[in-house]
Amino acid sequence: MSQTEKFKGYAHTDVLVSTQWLKANSEDVVIVESNEDILLYDTGHIPGAVKLDWHTELNDPLTRDYVDGAGFAALMDKKGIGRDDTVVLYGDRSNWWATYAFWVFKLFGHENIKLLDGGRAKWIADGGELTKDLPSRPSKNYPIVERKDSEIRAFRDEVRAHIGKPLVDVRSPQEYSGERLHMADFPNEGATRGGHIPTAASIPWAKAVMEDETFKPVNELEQLYFGNTGFDRNSDFIAYCRIGERSSHTWFVLKYLLGVESVRNYDGSWTEWGNLVGAPIVTGEEPGALS
Amino acid sequence: MIPSALEVIEDFTLVPDSEKLQLLLEYSEALPELDPRFGDHPELMERVEECQSPVFIAVEGSAEKVNLHFSAPRESPTTRGFASVLNSALNGQSAQNILDLPDDFPSDLGLDALISPLRVRGMRGMLGRIKRKTRELIAQS
Repeated sequence: MSQTEKFKGYAHTDVLVSTQWLKANSEDVVIVESNEDILLYDTGHIPGAVKLDWHTELNDPLTRDYVDGAGFAALMDKKGIGRDDTVVLYGDRSNWWATYAFWVFKLFGHENIKLLDGGRAKWIADGGELTKDLPSRPSKNYPIVERKDSEIRAFRDEVRAHIGKPLVDVRSPQEYSGERLHMADFPNEGATRGGHIPTAASIPWAKAVMEDETFKPVNELEQLYFGNTGFDRNSDFIAYCRIGERSSHTWFVLKYLLGVESVRNYDGSWTEWGNLVGAPIVTGEEPGALS
Repeated sequence: MIPSALEVIEDFTLVPDSEKLQLLLEYSEALPELDPRFGDHPELMERVEECQSPVFIAVEGSAEKVNLHFSAPRESPTTRGFASVLNSALNGQSAQNILDLPDDFPSDLGLDALISPLRVRGMRGMLGRIKRKTRELIAQS
């Protein structure tokens, strides 16, 4: 299947873009790189791209939450992004953090955002140029828009009420079963229980991508999220992982590639649920039930 | 603290915040290439799970002089930088000196606010693994 055919199959045909598209349209968009690795951008990035860091820029330092409307506007001004600009996001690790940033932009209702299929790895594989030159973009007076969490963000009480409905755990099978919380002497975000939220289906995020980190064609995604589960486009989905970034990736697939209307990302994810006093969990490979 | 570790702390604390990331990048570029013999013995290395950058650590030598070996992909410069910092501070030291390095050493570099405490914890984890492997090394000899 050609790339053009693949893109045509997705529910939203104008949200995912190819490296060729970006090369042809780079002058008309603001390219934003968002990585897990905070230094990766500095080793070389797509010409003109600005860096956006999820840890140090998208989070509020005092409240465990994202920045508010004023904070987001200030961040956009610092990056030289205007409310009407078309933003193209890309990043490392199959776009984990790029989709996470995408999701945060959508919390603030930023209209025009696209994602580079395959992210940083695909750009490099396709021979795309990298530069260490830092772009200089003047502020464009981004308006203060209050964050709207209700449509695409799920909180713990909503997740609790959602048990038994389409709930997708996108972590690795070992994290799902509870066999592994983290490895000895390795950092982890800290959870006191290992396992999953009762009734959650296990669909590891990586099943949505191919070897070259681009997304799989729509028929394979449909099989994965609908055919294997009995869920469909009209289901009301919540996805979670450990800290909400891998599930942003799945959120993107469900919403933009498969056209699911109602899908929320539970960013509290396992680091919250696995520590929450009184929260029920299930261990092992089966989704289990709420006892 | 041993002089090699103090030197690294000085390196980081003497430069302004705006240049600290660049310094970490320079460290990452200075991480020595992995001895090819480790490439043929992947079982000698440990691999980490999803959600954490892969870093390979091997500890060899004796209680008097411990040799450290690291490998991390080019796509993970922060991880490489952490490995390189620990390599500069600890490679060739005695086992005791390695075990005595305070677990807080990574936070002494002043990076917590710049790259987030969670990321700095990655270096703490790496230091923890080096110490564990050093204890295993002494136990074997």
